[in-house]
Amino acid sequence: MTECDLAILGAGPAGLAAARAASRSGKSIVLIDENPATGGQIWRGNARLPLPDGVQFLNTARVYDVRSGFEIDCLAHGTVRAAKLILATGARELFLPFPGWTQPGVMGAGALQALAKSGLPVSGKRVLVAGSGPLLLAVAAALREKGARIVGIAEQAPLRRILPLFRRHPGKLPQAIRLRSRLLGVRYWTGVWPLRHEDGQTVLSNGRRIRSDFLACGFGLVPNTEVAQLLGCRLDEGFVAVDSRQQTTVEGVYCAGEPTGIGGLEKALEEGERAGAAATGQTVTIRRSHTGGFVRDLAAAFAIRPQLYDLAGPDTILCRCEDVPYSAMAPMREWRNAKLQTRCGMGPCQGRICGPIGAHLFGWKPDGVRPPLFPVPASALVRVETPPAPENDRSDSGHSLNP
Amino acid sequence: MPRIRIGERSIDAPSDATVAAVMLHAGIGTFRRSETGEPRGPLCGIGLCMECRVTIDGKPHQLACQTYCREDMEIVVP
Repeated sequence: MTECDLAILGAGPAGLAAARAASRSGKSIVLIDENPATGGQIWRGNARLPLPDGVQFLNTARVYDVRSGFEIDCLAHGTVRAAKLILATGARELFLPFPGWTQPGVMGAGALQALAKSGLPVSGKRVLVAGSGPLLLAVAAALREKGARIVGIAEQAPLRRILPLFRRHPGKLPQAIRLRSRLLGVRYWTGVWPLRHEDGQTVLSNGRRIRSDFLACGFGLVPNTEVAQLLGCRLDEGFVAVDSRQQTTVEGVYCAGEPTGIGGLEKALEEGERAGAAATGQTVTIRRSHTGGFVRDLAAAFAIRPQLYDLAGPDTILCRCEDVPYSAMAPMREWRNAKLQTRCGMGPCQGRICGPIGAHLFGWKPDGVRPPLFPVPASALVRVETPPAPENDRSDSGHSLNP
Repeated sequence: MPRIRIGERSIDAPSDATVAAVMLHAGIGTFRRSETGEPRGPLCGIGLCMECRVTIDGKPHQLACQTYCREDMEIVVP
């Protein structure tokens, strides 16, 4: 058992910023991440914040249970006991179903980026980027620099919704211009979305039919709140509720970055810094933050249009683990009912992919979470303890299976 | 550069590449068959969706996107 004053779950920007701030206190800190290196998804193996001196980093450590106290069970490293906890668990992509979305070659936008960063050469590959949000441009630019041929970017949000974002947050404009300048000559359609994907071709809502090697399609981000839910932290509209010091509604549990609201890098760094200081008893400077407004405005700018909820046909699979089609899920009243009747959300992803789909398409409130948070080998769940030395003869026990 | 086997094929893989990256580069899009037999490949790329599950060195349900290539690794695909 590893013991520490503070455990930080997630070594992305928020987690690293928290580690940096917390390390100034001289307390013992353990940083836990399921990836081999620090950086999270956005910096993936190329972290722009160093691992602070004295912080112990546990890598490839998938966390599958956290109990109050706090005891954190993770693969490869066993149990970590910490007095305080910072959740910097990041986000995943939102997938919305359309006919053909389960075919090989169709994946998330961030997914293709992650694969390209973990050894997939994309040079010369035709990539159609679709979905919603600033991530589409970032992914397209990065893939293009690796030699991919970006055959188009289809953003479902209309331009008239996106532009006000820059009026309200002019500081983000240079960033957007820089991004767009890396994509000169690439078509960026706004108010356009995929209708279906068949035989390696994607039919877009503007009538175009586009052939690609990869359709990189994500509709925004969903916060990873499973650990927060397990600990009983209150969520507000799907995000972890925190006070001005990043503390959740559970004493000693702090949260930073995307789980408190999708706002990107700057917000994650700011909140991580604050959480790291607060969790180690340092003075927390509470500046008037603009990130709250940005979170709201970003969500409004890239709000999902209702047409996207009508793309799935009766046979379109919504739950990919259990192959549950739209026609089986649509008649259900709510998530629990759907789970029991159709097995949706009961496969190995534990509803991480189809849960947000149910929420978007049918307005279903997600179920609670239970450990283990991931499928783990049975050996991980068996606690091997040395039995006390028997005081009496075994024949007295009365528990023998073979009397 | 580790040499790995994917089905019948033998491939030189960069050691800093994941199994998923090497498989896709080798033109293998189908990583597993779904409950009803549909072909499936990576979706999320970050170890959450479980669509890239393959059998590695006899161990089923290994996430190709989270596993780095090692010498003599043997991957079974449908």
